[in-house]
Amino acid sequence: MKFLVCISNVPDTTTKITFSGDGKEFNTAGVQFVINPYDEYALTRAIELKEALGGTVTVLNVGEADTEPNIRKALAIGADDAIRVNIKPTDAFLVSTQIAHYAKEGGYDLILMGRESIDYNGFQVHGMVGELLGIPTIAPAMKLDINGTTATVEREIEGGKEIIEASLPLVVSAQQPMTEPRIPNMRGIMTARTKPLQVVEAVGQEAKTQVQGYQLPPAKSGVKMIDAENAGDLIKLLRNEAKVL
Amino acid sequence: MSVLVVIECANGEVKKSSLEAASYGSKVASTLGTTATAVAIGDVQANALTSLGEQGITKVLLDNDSRLTNFVGAAYVKVIAAAAQQENSSVIIASNSNIGAAIGSRLAVQLGASLATNVVAYPEISGSSFKVRRGVFSGKAFSDVELTSDKKIILVKKNAVDVETSAGATANVENFSASLTDADFAAAPKETIKQSGDILLTEADLVVSGGRGLKGPENWHLIEDLAKALGAATACSKPVADVGWRPHHEHVGQTGITVSPNLYIAVGISGAIQHLAGVNSSKVIVVINKDPEAPFFKAADYGIVGDATEVVPKLIEAAKALDK
Repeated sequence: MKFLVCISNVPDTTTKITFSGDGKEFNTAGVQFVINPYDEYALTRAIELKEALGGTVTVLNVGEADTEPNIRKALAIGADDAIRVNIKPTDAFLVSTQIAHYAKEGGYDLILMGRESIDYNGFQVHGMVGELLGIPTIAPAMKLDINGTTATVEREIEGGKEIIEASLPLVVSAQQPMTEPRIPNMRGIMTARTKPLQVVEAVGQEAKTQVQGYQLPPAKSGVKMIDAENAGDLIKLLRNEAKVL
Repeated sequence: MSVLVVIECANGEVKKSSLEAASYGSKVASTLGTTATAVAIGDVQANALTSLGEQGITKVLLDNDSRLTNFVGAAYVKVIAAAAQQENSSVIIASNSNIGAAIGSRLAVQLGASLATNVVAYPEISGSSFKVRRGVFSGKAFSDVELTSDKKIILVKKNAVDVETSAGATANVENFSASLTDADFAAAPKETIKQSGDILLTEADLVVSGGRGLKGPENWHLIEDLAKALGAATACSKPVADVGWRPHHEHVGQTGITVSPNLYIAVGISGAIQHLAGVNSSKVIVVINKDPEAPFFKAADYGIVGDATEVVPKLIEAAKALDK
């Protein structure tokens, strides 16, 4: 079975987000980049399924050369080989076009990724890739099992979950609690250095959106403290002052 | 040219998030000098849809195919696409839900449309420029995005806009058929499991959330009792979900659910940056923590320094005493 896992390179979850003075650019100085946490669920589940069923796990990243340390990390965790599509991922459709092209070329049975990246928060790429390839997408998935050529997926919906059986090939996007993400071990780190990482050129440059700038949320005006002894007063303030009850 | 609003329904009613989408769609339609039509999906009958007129919708399309009661991606996409074609829609508005995103991303490819998810404000339209503001960096920032294609799909974040109501106005409900075939239902769910509990976290106006400061699952009833007294949904921090006190679908934060209720009460949560990212678009934040140095107080509107087991019972008592 051939698995393709798409990973993106995002600021660590502890990052304090700041922008350039004109609000046009995200300040990356001093920022630690990691594999998108949702993509780590997808990656680890793909490796587990490969270990159980046989096959290969290829990781794909759409990004420039600075993403390679995290691609190597994915190889150290247990992926077999990697593809980097050499273009800045500025738009969901642009990224989806790249993934769909190389996914088709590789003839993968299962295309996995996280439900969304924690920087762009698009929640779009899995659906777009499925549509471009003409195969179903199941998103967001909390559980994934494979039996022969059928996948059984637990999908979160508003107010509950669904159990879906679908034939491969398929796109699935992951969220917790799909599995426990793995940390690379020393042997993995050593072997990752020699695993193939192929850099390919982008196919087409069509984007459908353009980011004009960024803002931070307005700062809070300050906290009003209430004495613990009179905690019940809080409820009155919430009704009469904040008017939310 | 028209604006099409996707209306999600459950248990015979229009979801609140879809009333927000309807309000959003009507406002965009009036800016563009056109009308807003809705297309209803899910478990609903015509009589529950006429009141969408109050949100400025003139016409509602309803496909009565009984197989559409539960979400089936391919079938839902076909229904919305058929409605968009019939109405010659250039802008499609839906809620930023799992269903909205599943439809929006596939439809964007089919129609060659620009798609903006997680949108938090009305668009800025001038001449051919169409700009929206959306949440990025998991609640830590916003970005302004130009939608460059002729067709646009916008998914509106829950609680980002108010439901506008002009009382008494009605919409015409028209039957409509997308001519669905069995193949459209091939990936239908084998089983649907509804979440137990009363109020859905993602739809809730009020949320009571607990963290490790509660010390153990034996004290969780404090969160549930306060939530019940206020009519709120319950949530938790990541460590609480990780140790298994609460299920993962209640975990609020950067890698869990992002909520934007009118009131978020955090009990025994210190306020790690990842947690703040999940809640900082809440209108009012209350923090209860025994550590006066807890970073969450900096992001709060109201705070109480004290032990959860002592403070929360007082809140429950006061909440019960409120006239409803």
